[in-house]
Amino acid sequence: MKLKQLEGHLGSLQQFSNPKIELEQYPTGPHIASRMLYTAENSFGDVANKVVADFGCGCGTLGIAAALLGAEHVIGLDVDAQSIEIASINSEDLELDVDFVQSDVRNLRWRGPIVDTVVMNPPFGTRKKGADMDFLFAALKIASQAVYSLHKTTTRDHVKRAALRDYNAKSAEVLCELRYDVPQLYKFHKKKEVDIAVDLWRFVPQRIQGKGF
Amino acid sequence: MRLLTHNMLSSNIKGVTNGFPLRIEVQKVIEKPVDFNPDFLRHMFPMIDWNALVEASRTMGYPDLPDSADAAMLDSDDFLQRFHHSLLELHLEEGALLCPETGRRFPVTKGIPNMLLHEDEVEVSGARAPGKLSGIALFVLSLLPLHFFSHLQ
Repeated sequence: MKLKQLEGHLGSLQQFSNPKIELEQYPTGPHIASRMLYTAENSFGDVANKVVADFGCGCGTLGIAAALLGAEHVIGLDVDAQSIEIASINSEDLELDVDFVQSDVRNLRWRGPIVDTVVMNPPFGTRKKGADMDFLFAALKIASQAVYSLHKTTTRDHVKRAALRDYNAKSAEVLCELRYDVPQLYKFHKKKEVDIAVDLWRFVPQRIQGKGF
Repeated sequence: MRLLTHNMLSSNIKGVTNGFPLRIEVQKVIEKPVDFNPDFLRHMFPMIDWNALVEASRTMGYPDLPDSADAAMLDSDDFLQRFHHSLLELHLEEGALLCPETGRRFPVTKGIPNMLLHEDEVEVSGARAPGKLSGIALFVLSLLPLHFFSHLQ
């Protein structure tokens, strides 16, 4: 599938009707989401024929993008039932088969690292400090191949240090810097639209031969 | 929910040591055909807990998997078809997952399991958890009065 086609499909998805600020629900726009998954597949081969998990899937954009690019099994996880409902409608509309699990990714327990790739647009932790790092910690525990994630550019050094030193990542690389346009979703937003700089990261987990944890 | 997802999930309740596999309570199973992809099945096979898959598959009304399986069977098309069907095409649409140790019930509605925990069931974990402390150290810490930690908040 071409990048433009992917972006087009993602642009048709239904987004949050009543976003919840405590969960930092911001939609991942089709522009960013398509580039994220397209890169994961075309530069690294981390999507097609793989098991992909979307952490904090919201309305399902990243997981759906993975399914469109040929992921064999996609699991979308979110704490919020309403989001999962929309995500599930979105995937059905595109005739995709995505499994959703309502859960907090920070305390879900997995039998082992049998997810190949985790993709996520975690809460940036502006409302709840460190939320994005909790997601990253959980993702690096269960991914066997790679974790793709978005983090604010201002936190770049911190993210790198924590991933390599504390979360046992083998590598942590910024693939590109993107503009994340935050639409005026919540009442406390004063400006109509703001752009924030975010990094698209690719992390490679350290896996000891055999069962990794 | 596919059985592949079931094969990955473990009960996440605080204190539970043997949380896998979750038992399945079936109210409704549906089948959704997907394209047969032998390469994917070969890729997944070593990562699957076979006993759990056989058991789950039986509970879902599909008893056609062999009790044990080894990599040599991956050459058989018949075996791959059965593996494919049970792993990817059977969906638990309505029912529940049950923690094998405590019996705690996680409902499955419209194919979506609700694994959310109550506050008192959550284990303290995550990026900032004291993961490197040994059991003994944690025990000693737990004996200290609470105000000892207040400056950490």
